[in-house]
Amino acid sequence: MKTEIRGGQVVDPASGLDRSASVFVADGRIAAIGDAPEAFRADRVIDATGLVVAPGLVDLAARLREPGLEHKATLESEIRAAVAGGVTSLACPPDTDPPLDEPGLVAMLTQRARLLHQAHVHPVGALTHRLDGAELAEMGELADAGCVAFSQADRPLTDVQVLLRAMQYAGTFGHRVWLRPQDAHLSRGGVAHDGEVATRLGLPAIPVIAETVALATILAVVRATGVRVHLCRLSSADGVAMVRAAKAEGLPVTADVGIHHLHLCDVDIGWFDPLANFVPPLRATRDRDALRAGVEDGTIDAICSDHAPVDDDAKQVPFAEADPGATGLELLLPLTLKWASEARVPLVRALARVTSLPAAILGVDAGTIKVGAPADIVVFDPRRPWRVERGALESQGKNTPFLGLEVEGRVRATLVGGAVVHENS
Amino acid sequence: MISRNPQLNAEGKLTHLLTLEGLPASVITDILDTAHPFVSVGEREVKKVPLLRGKAIFNLFFENSTRTRTTFEIAAKRLSADVINLNIGASSTSKGETLLDTVDNLVAMNADMFVVRHSQSGAAHLIASHLAATGRPHVHVVNAGDGRHAHPSQGLLDLYTIRHYKRDFRALSVAIVGDVLHSRVARSLIHGLATLGTPDIRVIGPATILPTGIEALGVRRFHDMRAGLAGCDVVVMLRLQSERMRGALLPSTGEFFKHYGLTAEKLALANPDAIVMHPGPMNRGVEIDSPVADGARSVILPQVTFGIAVRMAVMSIIAGN
Repeated sequence: MKTEIRGGQVVDPASGLDRSASVFVADGRIAAIGDAPEAFRADRVIDATGLVVAPGLVDLAARLREPGLEHKATLESEIRAAVAGGVTSLACPPDTDPPLDEPGLVAMLTQRARLLHQAHVHPVGALTHRLDGAELAEMGELADAGCVAFSQADRPLTDVQVLLRAMQYAGTFGHRVWLRPQDAHLSRGGVAHDGEVATRLGLPAIPVIAETVALATILAVVRATGVRVHLCRLSSADGVAMVRAAKAEGLPVTADVGIHHLHLCDVDIGWFDPLANFVPPLRATRDRDALRAGVEDGTIDAICSDHAPVDDDAKQVPFAEADPGATGLELLLPLTLKWASEARVPLVRALARVTSLPAAILGVDAGTIKVGAPADIVVFDPRRPWRVERGALESQGKNTPFLGLEVEGRVRATLVGGAVVHENS
Repeated sequence: MISRNPQLNAEGKLTHLLTLEGLPASVITDILDTAHPFVSVGEREVKKVPLLRGKAIFNLFFENSTRTRTTFEIAAKRLSADVINLNIGASSTSKGETLLDTVDNLVAMNADMFVVRHSQSGAAHLIASHLAATGRPHVHVVNAGDGRHAHPSQGLLDLYTIRHYKRDFRALSVAIVGDVLHSRVARSLIHGLATLGTPDIRVIGPATILPTGIEALGVRRFHDMRAGLAGCDVVVMLRLQSERMRGALLPSTGEFFKHYGLTAEKLALANPDAIVMHPGPMNRGVEIDSPVADGARSVILPQVTFGIAVRMAVMSIIAGN
């Protein structure tokens, strides 16, 4: 199967390429950019005139809800959502039921994902057995089964000795460790940012120091062990400042932020809107602004969807009882473009945050358009407006605080391994 | 996202009572004025007026309460409504029924009004927005306390009491003492006082139980009770729950009383005609000393009497809109 993507604006953040060109795909890989290879006869031509041709997006956090939470979403439904959103590689956190701490579970998940021939699914294994923070999970076995990294998902490690040993052990074998900085005790019982909004609404609060105390601990362990850590879902201005200082110091850390925290703050809770219930909580305006500045200056490497499909029943309850999170796979591209346009960041730099940089954090061969690379490509119309509505989303989870918002950036075609897996004319 | 004040209808009239936050002063004053003649209804031989005859009012209490539920029940009965009490703590939700399913079932029994108490902040808003979203705007919701958020009928009865004894809010200093962090009573009273133009509202307590950013509600923060009480016209003592000792918020009730318990000696720092209020139930010897609670400046029992009249006013106004 040979495909020509003709005449689009080819944007490749890894190489800085940003020019009008055709992309030629053969045998699942990119065969040429610009002039056709000799004797290339396309079986299929995609007209990309006026469209952007970019590497398929790489998402560092997309919950597929399998195994165990199929009433919220299934592998099939969320993979469809991924490719509809132009996401061709995704990492799924281990907070399933049971958690991804068994090589068999991981093998089954990757196998089923492979059979779907759609987005690449990269499971993140549990760092500790059952995510309970006490005993190490079998990282070697899990890596062999397909895990690309290890994390506690949203369950903080309370025991710093376990943290130290988990990092020492992972470092021994070069396993990647991803941690979301949140102190378990300081966040206990809280559901909203500790500030004026939570005080006004009487919602149990999570102070910023829940993030910074945990960050200080993690950074101290990184400093002591030299083991690289990826910091997930920063939420506060103080947290961004600490990561900026850690990078300046030369510590081996990277960081990401979820799309919701880049656009929303605690004021968006309004009158107890459960759709604005997130982990970590949406914080103050100044925190959101600092997160945006952090993404701009590179303190924060990647933007992720933090995709968490939640069923209606779990949102039609009082705010504090609602399941946190929102569907995000199909909003990662438009909300990244929205940030870029508001912050006046050029497209090629903006797309780096959702392609080449997260691919490097994942350590997978993805996120770039260059000759010889896998043909994981998204073709999108950067200015085409569409309204976020339940009916416009493939994800089984229809709940997002962005319902009703008009966004720009519509995916026209998604290719994975050279095959067109999603099309939208 | 819910942005419009969800308790006012398109004409700006009160259809639910969910919080005092954002209520126009005219609406609050109207409730207080309406309550005034209802006080005398309770003093009559026949303590009933026929305003809500034939209306079905459900007291929906997901959290235990004797006093608030009883006063709402008395208020509804004095308005001639039919009152049905449900203590859901021991009912459907323990069998797995959701809050909104419970509401839908009761609406199917032709409920006209819900008086709701729930341990979660925002529960009453959730019910009101559900009724609006499902096209049943004729069913009214009165928030009888949601988590730490609001207890608007208590706030109104506190305002009624203050107005009864002090007349003009625009010249008052009001001190609220104790566990503001967990107090829906404090939040509702602060909003009401601020809306009616009270120039000096103070909250007094240790840092562990004064919430972050409370100043944004228009109050001043005091840790020293003596400084906070100086020159006050109204002292509102909050109930201290015994479980606060377990969360490392306070060391003991004894130490709390030493610093923040209202004694005659501390009350002497307030203005000579200052009144003492408490939403009840009181913990004597924890937040308030018995001689003060029972003393000449205590208006704690009149608060209870006014509370019935204020709740009658709220229910009759809402049902009429």
